[in-house]
Amino acid sequence: MRTVYAIHGGIHPPEEKHLSHPGKVLDAGLPSELILPLSQHIGAPAEPIVNVGDKVKGGQLLAESQGAVSAAVHAPTSGTVMAIGMRSVPHPSGLENTCISLVPDGADEWITTRGVEDYRAESPQTLIQHVHDAGISGLGGAGFPTATKLLARDRCAIDTLIINGTECEPYITADDTLMQVAADQIVAGAEIIAHILGASVILYGVEDNKPDALKAMQAAVAAQGDVGDREVMSFPTKYPSGGEKQLIEILTGKQVPSGGLPADVGIVCQNPGTAVAVRDAIIDGKPLTERLVTLTGRALGKPCNYRVRLGTPISHLLALSEFTPGSQQRLIHGGPMMGFALETGAVPVIKTTNCVLAPTHEELPAPPPAQACIRCGLCAEACPASLLPQQLYWYAKARDQEQLEKHNLFDCIECGACSWVCPSTIPLVQYYRAAKSTIVEARQDKQRAERSQARFEARQERVEREAKEREAKRAARKLAAQKKAESADAEDPVQAAIARAKARKESVVKSEDVG
Amino acid sequence: MGFLRITSPHGHGPLSTSKVMQTVLLATLPGVIAMTWFFGPGTLLNILFGGIVALGLEYCVMAVRKRDPLFYLRDFSVLVTSTLLCIALPPYAPWWLIVVGVASAVLLGKHVFGGLGYNPFNPAMVGYVVLLISFPLQMSTWASPRGLADVPGISDALTALFANSQYDAVTMATPLDLMRQNTGLLVEDLYRQKAQFGQFAGVGWEWVNIGFLAGGLWLLYQRVFTWHAPVAMLAAMGLCAAAGFDGGSSESGGSALFHWLSGATMFGAFFIITDPVSSAVSNRGRIIFGALIGILTYIIRVTGNYPDAVAFAVLILNFAAPLIDQYTQPATYGHNRRDE
Repeated sequence: MRTVYAIHGGIHPPEEKHLSHPGKVLDAGLPSELILPLSQHIGAPAEPIVNVGDKVKGGQLLAESQGAVSAAVHAPTSGTVMAIGMRSVPHPSGLENTCISLVPDGADEWITTRGVEDYRAESPQTLIQHVHDAGISGLGGAGFPTATKLLARDRCAIDTLIINGTECEPYITADDTLMQVAADQIVAGAEIIAHILGASVILYGVEDNKPDALKAMQAAVAAQGDVGDREVMSFPTKYPSGGEKQLIEILTGKQVPSGGLPADVGIVCQNPGTAVAVRDAIIDGKPLTERLVTLTGRALGKPCNYRVRLGTPISHLLALSEFTPGSQQRLIHGGPMMGFALETGAVPVIKTTNCVLAPTHEELPAPPPAQACIRCGLCAEACPASLLPQQLYWYAKARDQEQLEKHNLFDCIECGACSWVCPSTIPLVQYYRAAKSTIVEARQDKQRAERSQARFEARQERVEREAKEREAKRAARKLAAQKKAESADAEDPVQAAIARAKARKESVVKSEDVG
Repeated sequence: MGFLRITSPHGHGPLSTSKVMQTVLLATLPGVIAMTWFFGPGTLLNILFGGIVALGLEYCVMAVRKRDPLFYLRDFSVLVTSTLLCIALPPYAPWWLIVVGVASAVLLGKHVFGGLGYNPFNPAMVGYVVLLISFPLQMSTWASPRGLADVPGISDALTALFANSQYDAVTMATPLDLMRQNTGLLVEDLYRQKAQFGQFAGVGWEWVNIGFLAGGLWLLYQRVFTWHAPVAMLAAMGLCAAAGFDGGSSESGGSALFHWLSGATMFGAFFIITDPVSSAVSNRGRIIFGALIGILTYIIRVTGNYPDAVAFAVLILNFAAPLIDQYTQPATYGHNRRDE
């Protein structure tokens, strides 16, 4: 039994997990269209390798990953590629992005896939390639390409793999449900990831508000016998315990250094869904084409967890769960603390869609107008990063970048705990987001300015050098001309004429001799 | 179909600034009741009259500043300011004293700096000190406590507040005055000879302080503020008093218990220095802030010439709060390097 460490701050918002009946999974079925964004992850968008009109089968590669940080996109069913173009995608900006539109033929035919026979016999590089080819990116939150994350083994010695089953956001029960229905697969996936990383320890972190998931995970870990240091750890429910850095501190007592990665302290974190995706990729050779999504909120008649093919329009899920929009209706992609509001239900489920929340206005009322900050300090008590949010707010308003950086603005994980407790309902996180992007922009501007200054100075130097060279050449030419003139002066024209006459005379005499 | 777009977080906790302010107002009750019992209805009347003046002023200022006055009145902050000031004023003060005090607190203490949240000084203490320096006579006449004189009634209180002539209440030197002025008596004898001294400190005063202590502890339980500043102030003051007690000689400054239960100690510790706007922000900073106020209060009480010292100590430390903040920033996650 390991010690559970306490973290600073945190809040206890109403959990509302019961709404979506954790543990129960419904199938979302086949929608009439699947919209597959080329960018469902952090990093470079994938590059389509199919053309409009192509018939594809389920599991077939539609778009290849590009560059070091990217993830491929596969067909979630058989059908026809109807279009490749700009569509609305789930993104805080609300902007459109390139998507492949696939119209299912209903046959749901799949390509035959084959996995690895014995992953223990394979090299980590081969296995990472399989994970990469399956288009897996983190299913928990940020959507970082998993293969890239696993490459951390080349840079740092990894001793611990953490499976993050915390799911501390209110409402969401996708991971809870997955742990209840697929604990064996999570454990199998975790073993594969640990094998790839060369990690000897696997820790499963589960908040104590998920007793069923905890039991299922403990049973699954116990069932595999003694395979090494494995522990399912339960800890008190508190938001945001599931933040990667927070969970690492809870389970190991270590802190990830500011600006660093968990790998710097020998740790890699993965979401349970990602573990299952890795298992499917290695054992069955199956690419990532579906995930569990929590549909919840009191504006839904039938909130539940759905097994959803990637690309399924959220409007399709809303219809399934009997959505009745009210006045001032909000639709949230993700949870109530860190999710972002969607403008329309016409956006697809992507690899990072863990929840779609449709609350009624009474359930999550829009915040009242902000009152003055009285620096009560509740935000500082709630901050899991031990920041001073009230000071950051002050400096953000004053645009004091020096103080913002001194108060470690960039260690803010934007969990929203400060905004949640703020008695004056100040949208603190929004100030920090804006301040961060202003500073990043200023840094980029500075870099650009430095680059252009360097360029300018280089040019200046070149121009001066060239001018000098020209000057030198001209001087040399002038000197040469002068010298020539001088040497010409040195010969006396009269003497020369005499010499020439003499010469002529002599030649005449010679010719006469001959004649 | 367009949905409402708001950035995260989408939920909000149950607390609001108005509720916090109302809780603070409610918590002054035990202390105010004790004051009313021992000194009569003067303080209650002050609070009522001061509150009306404050609300009117806030409304006008907000209208002049082109903000919605009703929105700002709803945060109850101006009532907290005026109530705290009026508790600190002598009961049976004339109306103009209260008007000048409240106006100084609201205008000089708060609005000239930009309103609630921007004031570097505790507004109530600004009002108090303006009055103390401008009208020392009116500010240093305290009514005698019940048991030593007849307690004035409501009509006396109204006369005191609104009549043109100075209300002639029975006044006495407070225990703090007696202790400061004492040069010839052992503390023990002082307690025995002067009627103003009670069980632990002054008659009445000890209960007033216990009342504010009770209200303060309730606020602490309600998590309106943290323990750091009050505990630090009381501890530092207690240590200073213990160091200066020298067994109770005539040179003594009074015991720790005497200082804890005299004058504005508990009121200051739980209602004044806990004002978040003008205090230090981090917990470590609040300990320093509170401790220095405790030390300063003791020093000014023992060596100074004013009826009490909490207001001066608070204002001086308000000056120092940004400096304290500068050096007490807590270690952010990932910065304390305890793993290396």
